[in-house]
Amino acid sequence: MSQAKVPTWVNIALIPVLNIMLAFLVSGLVILAIGENPIEAAGYLIYGAFGYDEGIGYTLYYATNLIFTGLAVSVAFKGGLFNIGGEGQAYIGGLGVGLICLSLDHTMPLYVIAPLAVIGAAVFGAAWAYIPAYLQARRGSHIVITTIMFNFIASSLMVYLIVNWLKEDGRMAPNSRTFEESAWLPYLHELLSPLGIEIGDSPLNLAFIWALLCCVFVWGLIWHTRWGYQLRTLGTNPTAARYAGIDTAKVTIWAMLISGGLAGFVGLNEIMGVNHNLLLNFTAGYGFAGIAVALMGRNHPIGIILAAILFGALYQGGAELAFEIPTITPEIVVVIQGLVILFSGALEHMFKDRIEGFFIRRAVA
Amino acid sequence: MFETLILMLDATMRVSTPLIFAALAGLYSERAGIVDIGLEGKILGSAFAAAAAAAVFGSAWIGLCFGILASVSLAMIHGFACITHRGDHIVSGVAINTIVAGLTVTLSMHWFGMGGQTPALVGDARFLDITFPFADAMESVPVIGQIYSNLLSGHNILVYLAFVMVPVTYWIIYKTRFGLRLRAVGENPHAVDTAGISVSFIRYRALIICGILCGLAGAYLSTAHNAGFLKDMSAGKGYMALAALIFGKWRPVPVLLACLLFGFLDAVAVRMQGVVIPGIGEVPVQAIEVLPYVLTVLLLAGFIGKAVGPKAIGRPYVKERA
Repeated sequence: MSQAKVPTWVNIALIPVLNIMLAFLVSGLVILAIGENPIEAAGYLIYGAFGYDEGIGYTLYYATNLIFTGLAVSVAFKGGLFNIGGEGQAYIGGLGVGLICLSLDHTMPLYVIAPLAVIGAAVFGAAWAYIPAYLQARRGSHIVITTIMFNFIASSLMVYLIVNWLKEDGRMAPNSRTFEESAWLPYLHELLSPLGIEIGDSPLNLAFIWALLCCVFVWGLIWHTRWGYQLRTLGTNPTAARYAGIDTAKVTIWAMLISGGLAGFVGLNEIMGVNHNLLLNFTAGYGFAGIAVALMGRNHPIGIILAAILFGALYQGGAELAFEIPTITPEIVVVIQGLVILFSGALEHMFKDRIEGFFIRRAVA
Repeated sequence: MFETLILMLDATMRVSTPLIFAALAGLYSERAGIVDIGLEGKILGSAFAAAAAAAVFGSAWIGLCFGILASVSLAMIHGFACITHRGDHIVSGVAINTIVAGLTVTLSMHWFGMGGQTPALVGDARFLDITFPFADAMESVPVIGQIYSNLLSGHNILVYLAFVMVPVTYWIIYKTRFGLRLRAVGENPHAVDTAGISVSFIRYRALIICGILCGLAGAYLSTAHNAGFLKDMSAGKGYMALAALIFGKWRPVPVLLACLLFGFLDAVAVRMQGVVIPGIGEVPVQAIEVLPYVLTVLLLAGFIGKAVGPKAIGRPYVKERA
């Protein structure tokens, strides 16, 4: 089927929007089934996410995590790899951030700790992705299975480390001591208020700016470097990539390292930006949500930002919704997320083939 | 010492049961060429449906039917995406797991309003333990009697069914025409198509069996092992079953052994909590908990044996047109 005759807007706008609409339609039916009004629910959701300054702040704070994991999934996707281990890589990335903060917060100022924490997150996240990547590239074990296994291993490892080594002495709560303020990423509302800009208190912090920079970095890396070309070739046609002399094993490993590093930055936002201590389960499913974000954002940084904001809005609006209509739980957001993965991922061919066929026939006629 | 061993083996049987059901479910699906990451979601969905129906109708058997129904429906969504629309198997599995994780809590809040749980099941709404004849009388007989009355007797019917399903699966996969075709579809769908057999139909049937077995696993969790549904109660069992499936190299009997091994490790982890071993010190529970995953990774890496899956796994079949 010739792709040339399909207008660009069909592929980058019409089909994604149709898939999202279908996901929302089914979600509406679920809300209808539990006896609530979907229109009213959508109203609360949108108001909660965008209706006031704090709401917008929260939306962008959630979006920060989702940009990181969405980028992580999409870098691997571009090379034809399915990194389902974002959850574990983010968890271990958070460990890297936590260790840097815990060891330096008494002695160093923020401008020393912050860059080191960025490196810590990237190195720890990348290291956790390295083993599955190596096994895939050199020993042919399937990356999906190994990254799933590594999620569980990461989870047990973190429980062990936090409960046995990092827990505050004499406290029951399974988390480390709170960092000194020198290891807190500044909140954006604190940064902007001296400039006369008031944006309302929210957990939105400097990690959001870092997330946007990462988008630019990924965009440049994938579409404007030789390595990015190799990665895309590998993803489109591994045989052609090998024939063209690309070291596919090396590209695979590097793609996963970058992917893991990006996922690790979730720790920056959560550990250093908001919680200010190392705690259990702070990843809260962001690694998996990254799959939905990457699919919906068509693996492009701009698409990922938009998709991350949409999902961030769902998280924040979902909390507002659950508050306004108690019979609806915040888990409804997880359902919507799953439906988005189903319609824009697994069932992507359902509309695509028909719509593309329509445009091709029209172009031919 | 012997009694401790019996107790641990007894726990092993209970913990392994959902793994055996789910791993066999994955076996049918993956042998037919469909990757099934969605085992977890199907188990969770079935656990909820079974517990909810058992609570409403007061019968574990009706609960089981609803559990299977829910699980088979999810399997059919997977089939619709992967077989009919040639979607990515892994994406579809992730979608199913995510939807179920959210939907079970949403629906149970709506129906029961107990913070995501279902009401506690009592009496006939649960599968109760079956005591074998003369089990009490045999208990005093050393070794054989203890094994008979403490290990073999006193489980619920689903435990026995799980163990029976292993030879049944072996027979279906290796000794029947359907099994031959199922394996062929997973290895070389073109050949099956050339023989005039529908690849899609075989794969759909494999997924129906997969759904039924996951339904049994879920119903076991909520109406036999526990007395009701809890949020996220499958707790990674689907993924562990997937690991057992790979560890058992996609063959029924080794898969059973892998499930028993993983179940045994779980029993050991529970036992070892806070126990100090002379010379080594206290072994962290987490170290034993991760063993199934570590072992599976090592196997996949080719360090202990070699795991080679069905050839056509994960690839959609596109019928050639003239």
